[in-house]
Amino acid sequence: MSSQAIIPAGEAAESVTRAIEVDSHTINFGPQHPAAHGVLRLVLEMKGEVVERADPHVGLLHRGTEKLIEHKTYIQALPYFDRLDYVAPMSMEHSFAIATERLLGIEVPERAQYIRVLFAELSRLLNHLLNITTYALDCGAITPALWGFEQRETLLEFYENVSGSHYHANYFRPGGVAKDLPAGLEGRIKDWAVKFPAFMDDLERLLSENRIFKQRTVDIGVMTAEQAIEWGFSGPCLRASGCAWDLRKAQPYDVYDRMEFDVPVGTRGDCYDRYLVRMLEMKESLKIVHQCLAQMKPGPVKVQDNKIAPPKRSEMKRSMEALIHHFKLYTEGYHVPEGATYTVTEAPKGEFGVYLVADGTNRPYRCKIRSPGYAHLQAMEVLSKGHMLADAVAIIGSLDVVFGEIDR
Amino acid sequence: MAENEIAAAEAAPENPLRTLGLAIAAAAGGAVTEVELARGGAELVLRARRDSLIPLMLLLRDDPRFAFEQCMELCGVDWPEKPERFEVVYNLLSLSHNHRVRVIVTTDGVASVPSVVGIWPSATWFERETWDMYGVVFEGQPDLRRILTDYGFEGHPLRKDFPLTGFVELRYDEELKRVAYGPVQLTQEFRNFDYLSPWEGMTTLPGDEKVHLNRLEGPKE
Repeated sequence: MSSQAIIPAGEAAESVTRAIEVDSHTINFGPQHPAAHGVLRLVLEMKGEVVERADPHVGLLHRGTEKLIEHKTYIQALPYFDRLDYVAPMSMEHSFAIATERLLGIEVPERAQYIRVLFAELSRLLNHLLNITTYALDCGAITPALWGFEQRETLLEFYENVSGSHYHANYFRPGGVAKDLPAGLEGRIKDWAVKFPAFMDDLERLLSENRIFKQRTVDIGVMTAEQAIEWGFSGPCLRASGCAWDLRKAQPYDVYDRMEFDVPVGTRGDCYDRYLVRMLEMKESLKIVHQCLAQMKPGPVKVQDNKIAPPKRSEMKRSMEALIHHFKLYTEGYHVPEGATYTVTEAPKGEFGVYLVADGTNRPYRCKIRSPGYAHLQAMEVLSKGHMLADAVAIIGSLDVVFGEIDR
Repeated sequence: MAENEIAAAEAAPENPLRTLGLAIAAAAGGAVTEVELARGGAELVLRARRDSLIPLMLLLRDDPRFAFEQCMELCGVDWPEKPERFEVVYNLLSLSHNHRVRVIVTTDGVASVPSVVGIWPSATWFERETWDMYGVVFEGQPDLRRILTDYGFEGHPLRKDFPLTGFVELRYDEELKRVAYGPVQLTQEFRNFDYLSPWEGMTTLPGDEKVHLNRLEGPKE
């Protein structure tokens, strides 16, 4: 596409000398490109087919979430988090819910913590299923995507069972979760979790030793541990480079300190390792799902303080006080005492942080969302320099970018 | 932060974060103006002087006692009523010691903040975003372009004096045959409800200032 063969005029046909002229030029990758995983405009400076410079232009999906949150009450702000990383919505809610709880100084009931951990892990599976399979699609394999989406659908049905919606769940709330699990759901999740390893084996058979997939990913986009650290990597991308760092282990929240699981770590930090780490993480997530289901006991699922968590609908039919609480909560909301917190959770993509500043009113004064993909994408230039154009696609896929959270 | 929480944290003799904060302040030699513990002693906050930010950050990264290898987050906060209205907040993480620190510097809209991009390259986009959203200039940042807003955008949208609805909107222009910017037209006036309840939060009702003063200071006699 960029190298031209110029055959000098007057040369005899039998002795052809070729002067190959390789010109560097700029190409515009995206913003509407299926391998860009959303609205990424990547300006690539090429030398022949080799990437010289990569300049990602982001912000095409910027919706001003942080500004909007400043004008909403804490309850109204929560649904915005579903719309950030729309691949694993509940993981985003988790950070904001914990941040608000920390500022309010409230303790969440045990069952709610188990439910949140359970669904955070199901979200991780949702995320990794989508990432691994579409990543394989970028590298030329179609079947994983078709199979993976079937599994995702099952998981999204669990989402729907608890929250009434596939994606915009609004389920984790400051003070617990919106509702208890419906009857029979624990059994259904368990049945699914027993069957899921068979699918994992199939997926592994399709990809892990696949010659084409390995040719596209091994030694592509190598990030050493030092580089990964200085570029602010977190989550699977950091672990693939060899750092055994997991916030669920290092700074546990909710009931993660009671869970037994391993942290898979890569050795080379290339695209293939990032794939393998995600693959193994799914198995670990499954362990946590089983443990949650085994340890969970019946009990309240939100704080009993009706100034923060809404009263039951049945109570509102009889109690005037409950009605007043309900009205106050959904109009004025609750006032959060002055203070600031930087609260992080291990979202499927990495460290998802919320820097929440409260000024004592019913609205956040400032809510900065730290999305892992934002830090990962800016290393695009370092990762893709000297690689072929087709490798840039593999690198984007391995970074697991979702523009809902990057552009905010 | 609530005073009682800090007092409680201070009363507890060995809060490791407080020890860490004091150690940093001692090693930084005047760069740190204030060591605070936020959220009941669970988060360490350092307020620093803008002009000595770089030596402080280098110390935080390179001193093996602190070893903050990662700059996880950098953002602005706008406090229009303060003389130096913008806070630039750095959230640092040490993987080897498993601790975090928050470093805060302030600036007015004019004075620039030294860029930490030479210390942590990950700060590039965060600084670009802070410039985009608040108009804080980072000195030494080689790539200070807007990042999240549109090409050719004017203004800094996360400033508190920037209206939520903005100044311009996009619509299809029949004459130009393309999408074009125009002044924002609201079909309904922007409503910003004041939920501060007069029974709890608002102490000075209009026309009631005298009663309020009496309640605070006691009747003047």
